Amino acid sequence: MLAFIIQRLLQSILVMLTVGLIAFGLFRYVGDPISNLVGQETSLAERDALRERLGLNDPFFVQFARFAANAAQGEFGYSYRHRRPVEDVIAERLPATMELSLVAALLALAVGVPMGIYTGLHRYGVISRAFLTVSLVGISIPTFLIGILLILLFGVELRWLPTFGRGEVVHLGWWSTGFLTTSGLQALIMPSITLALFQMTLIMRLVRSEMLEVLRTDYIKFARARGLTNRTVHFGHALKNTLVPVITITGLQLGSIIAFAIITESVFQWPGMGLMFIQAINDVDIPVMAAYLCLIGFVFVVINLVVDMLYYLVDPRLRVDRAVAAGHPG
Amino acid sequence: MRFGHFAAALALGVATAASAQADTTFRWAFQGDVQYVDPHSLNETFTLGTLGNIYEALSWYDRDLNLIPSLAESWENVEPTKWIFHLRQGVTFHNGNPFTADDVIFSWQRTLTEGSDMKGYGRKATAINKIDDHTIEVITPTPNPILPRDWVFMYIMDKEWSEANNTAEATNVKGGNEGNYASLHTNGTGPFKMVDRQIGVRMLLERNQDYWQDIPSNVDQVIFTPIAQDATRVAALISGDVDLVYPVPVQDWGRLEAAAGVKPLAGPEARTIFLGMDQDRDELLYSDIKGANPFQDQRVRLAFAHAIDIEAIRRKIMRTASYPTGLLIGPAINGYNAEVDSRWPLDVDRAQALMAEAGYADGFEVTMDCPNDRYVNDEAICQAVAAMLARIGVTVNLLAQTKSKYFGKVLAQADFDTSFYLLGWTPSSLDAHNPLYNLMSCRSDDTGAGLFNLGGYCNARVDELAALVEKETDPAQRQAYIDEAFQIHWDEVGHIPLHQQPLSWGVRDGIELAQRADNVLDLRNVMIVE
Amino acid sequence: MHSPAAPPPSASRLNHVAAAVRRARDSDLMYAFLRSPITVAAFLATVTFVLAAAFAPWVTPHNPFDLASLNLLDAFLPPVWEPYGDPRFLLGTDDQGRDILSTIIYGARISLFVGFASVLFAMVVGVTLGLISGYVGGWIDAVIMRIADVQLSFPAILIALLIDGVARGVLPRDVHDDLALYVLVFAIGVSGWVQYARTVRGSTMVERNKEYVQAARIIGIPPMLIMLRHVLPNVTGPVLVIATIHLAIAIITEATLSFLGVGVPPTQPSLGTLIRIGNDFLFSGEWWITVFPGIALATLVLAVNLLGDWLRDALNPKLR
Repeated sequence: MLAFIIQRLLQSILVMLTVGLIAFGLFRYVGDPISNLVGQETSLAERDALRERLGLNDPFFVQFARFAANAAQGEFGYSYRHRRPVEDVIAERLPATMELSLVAALLALAVGVPMGIYTGLHRYGVISRAFLTVSLVGISIPTFLIGILLILLFGVELRWLPTFGRGEVVHLGWWSTGFLTTSGLQALIMPSITLALFQMTLIMRLVRSEMLEVLRTDYIKFARARGLTNRTVHFGHALKNTLVPVITITGLQLGSIIAFAIITESVFQWPGMGLMFIQAINDVDIPVMAAYLCLIGFVFVVINLVVDMLYYLVDPRLRVDRAVAAGHPG
Repeated sequence: MRFGHFAAALALGVATAASAQADTTFRWAFQGDVQYVDPHSLNETFTLGTLGNIYEALSWYDRDLNLIPSLAESWENVEPTKWIFHLRQGVTFHNGNPFTADDVIFSWQRTLTEGSDMKGYGRKATAINKIDDHTIEVITPTPNPILPRDWVFMYIMDKEWSEANNTAEATNVKGGNEGNYASLHTNGTGPFKMVDRQIGVRMLLERNQDYWQDIPSNVDQVIFTPIAQDATRVAALISGDVDLVYPVPVQDWGRLEAAAGVKPLAGPEARTIFLGMDQDRDELLYSDIKGANPFQDQRVRLAFAHAIDIEAIRRKIMRTASYPTGLLIGPAINGYNAEVDSRWPLDVDRAQALMAEAGYADGFEVTMDCPNDRYVNDEAICQAVAAMLARIGVTVNLLAQTKSKYFGKVLAQADFDTSFYLLGWTPSSLDAHNPLYNLMSCRSDDTGAGLFNLGGYCNARVDELAALVEKETDPAQRQAYIDEAFQIHWDEVGHIPLHQQPLSWGVRDGIELAQRADNVLDLRNVMIVE
Repeated sequence: MHSPAAPPPSASRLNHVAAAVRRARDSDLMYAFLRSPITVAAFLATVTFVLAAAFAPWVTPHNPFDLASLNLLDAFLPPVWEPYGDPRFLLGTDDQGRDILSTIIYGARISLFVGFASVLFAMVVGVTLGLISGYVGGWIDAVIMRIADVQLSFPAILIALLIDGVARGVLPRDVHDDLALYVLVFAIGVSGWVQYARTVRGSTMVERNKEYVQAARIIGIPPMLIMLRHVLPNVTGPVLVIATIHLAIAIITEATLSFLGVGVPPTQPSLGTLIRIGNDFLFSGEWWITVFPGIALATLVLAVNLLGDWLRDALNPKLR
């Protein structure tokens, strides 16, 4: 057990180092830190002095070590555009994205799992086929188009829901939440549905195929042979066995949802990290890009680690090829 | 109340939480954010106009753009190159510090620091002397009868506050002194204080209860949100999420008229949209012609002018809402003369002939810089211009980008890094001398002239006339100088003016406000009547 | 879940068996294909799109990229069946007077080019790395698979955005506009290679230890060559399924990037760019500028998805 944990931890650290290296490369070589700091009239001598002072003449790995040490403490320097420490900007935007992603994930689970079970059990039913067709149409319409259509219908034609932003937020310490106000909850509805749709179809299809797989096993056949009712077999035996991979993958998908929020946030002008990242790309605001990358990398690594540990706890022999099971997180 | 009113909230589709707080919260949205809250960082109408609710200058415009006293109670031009300003007494900054002559002198000096984009304002004076705490004497380099107009947007900062917070120099938009206190905090004398700001998300203003004068506004709190996407912005107004949005895409006017509870608010803007060409360098930075600059040939510039189908732009892109012009100023500007305002007719054959004459029968390639979120349908206009120029063989590579990137590239701070561009200009003084000096005069680092003459058009006679206009006090003679300068500039096709764009706002019923022709929202005039 | 077929008893018989299986499967495939009208429709739709896009210069009524041929006065004409429609423009025109039908076909051309090119790129990279990884094993395998793990933890769209962002930072803007398409292909391709690599690696590892590979090694035939010849047929099915689904994803990714304004430049609009442009005119009643490209995009992706779904089910008999 300990060996496993240590191995996984080492691996995670390696991943973070890789991500950090990419972020550092961005930071150091893509946006020239010097020309972003000085004006036109700065002389060459002054530039060299600044270069020396910022330690840009040090050997590569010394610089990287410094970057990594700062990053580990959450320091990424100043945003070119916002003129504030990047970590402050991110802290301001983090709650918006987290709340949106969480609601979307729950929504995806709450709708996706029952639909998956149903279509798994009633493979040839009319409703199942309808579900599958709708889900296929659903993943074929790009997220942004769905968002636009929702805004047009519910925001503008029917005027039921706000069309942009987060509504009123309440500040709890540094965290700002939209859960506590009516307008905040209303503002959450359309973006979270938009964000959840793709994951919903993914979960539905996953649950369905897991159900089909399990129902074919000898274990289930044996259960039936014992004369158990369909209900007991389906929900007592089959469902229980499908849930482990489903929960794993949903957990892993949480990271994807956070990243996918980029699109949704951009359509709904949701003031989260995704919108910030898009603005940073447009402005070539390298420190913000680097920090966002590191943060997302960190989130993914942590989720992966937690899932691995849980897996190990549940069944040490279980070695599911998660990549295949996860499908294609596009 | 939260869930009891849920149904009602749904039916209204309005942010009900707002009504729980205060009825006099005014929400508005613009297509971009205030670029920098440092009042000397960027000489751009929207940024300066919005900051005018927080900071104030010696003089100001009323709702009809008449010049009125502000932090100065009165002024007099005692000698051709000397002005006396009598400063208002009893005015305090938001932090409680009294406003005095030292603050004016300090702010003027600050506009001349390296990062400042307001050097053109600061250079209107060679010295400011303090006579007493509330009287100053301004020495101008040349006679300047319109100095109080020139300084409408030169905002006054608190000397003590600035020095205490180590922000005695203007924040450079190119970087350098990041974390400059004044780029994140404000301390003005205006009717509103900035209490919170999330860049790119929102800005929260609160009424300054100690404001020195009575104003019509009954607004206690102002929430400003930048909404980049046109469709989202219009949707936000129609669904009642905000009280005012601008600009409204001209194509959506019909929809605002049809929708209940909102209306479009339109009028001619004092801003002229024009094309500029780099005539300064001997080789264009962005072109396939090497060793020569086609724009230095007047025939090429004239060919461009004749290739533009302004009527098509007016009808299709501006939905008949623009006012085509041949001058860099429109009727709203003091010094405009309809008699010299003529356009080059659309004449593709002549344009082609001119190109051939100039030796570019096969055309050439040039990159065009264009903002895509600054002016009404700016990118669409640039695309149309590119298509029109294609007919005379010119291949335009369009580089349309967000305004901060655009301005960061084409302005003086980046050494005018452009070959061909679209720009809009509102003379902040609403006087013809302003474009003569800023857009049409030869560039000079010493005097600050031609700071926004991005293409480097230069004619000694125009410079002379600009100087004459500045000090001439006889209206008829002054007009004659103005006319002559604009005629020369027109003959030489120094720029290619396109049109005055329409003011295009959308407001909720129950909001009363003044739509200023310089497209500035002055919150002093905003009233919520229901 | 991709359980490789049970190893045959000897290498000499393998070819025969494999060929027979393939023949049967193919005819089976054909049969199943023809029995599913939706799949046939999806196939026809895809082929129509591909052909129209490939021959765009010949089949479109106008060339929207020829700026000199545009007339701004033709802008905002509605589809031909609406009042004020113009017979020259079947589906109407956009804000610059471009024929919508033509821009859709040219847009689909760009979308499909990016889609196919990035799938091909990902496939070549993925299959190659998968082969190497599976055959060589050892630390090379470990490195490749760790990279795959890392990358798999990031969604494709994020990687593509990042690569595009870097390209923007490195390349001058005008160069970037010229290269935008290739940057996109690279970005989307790089974000998708892992699926191929994993599948091929698994298959390769199974084959590696078989007798015929050992035998080939002994008689001096380069083992890689043998591997290629035997592994590739085994993985054709799964790789084809991955490629089809990846194609749909690549097209959507490209559209999304273009919608976000970081994809292809507006002078060369793809379907995503068209939707973004049209989005500005939704409220003014010029719905056709968004709606038709939107329908085209959704139809194309749906058709490809249907094909992919069907292929997966058809090639995975367990699920039938």
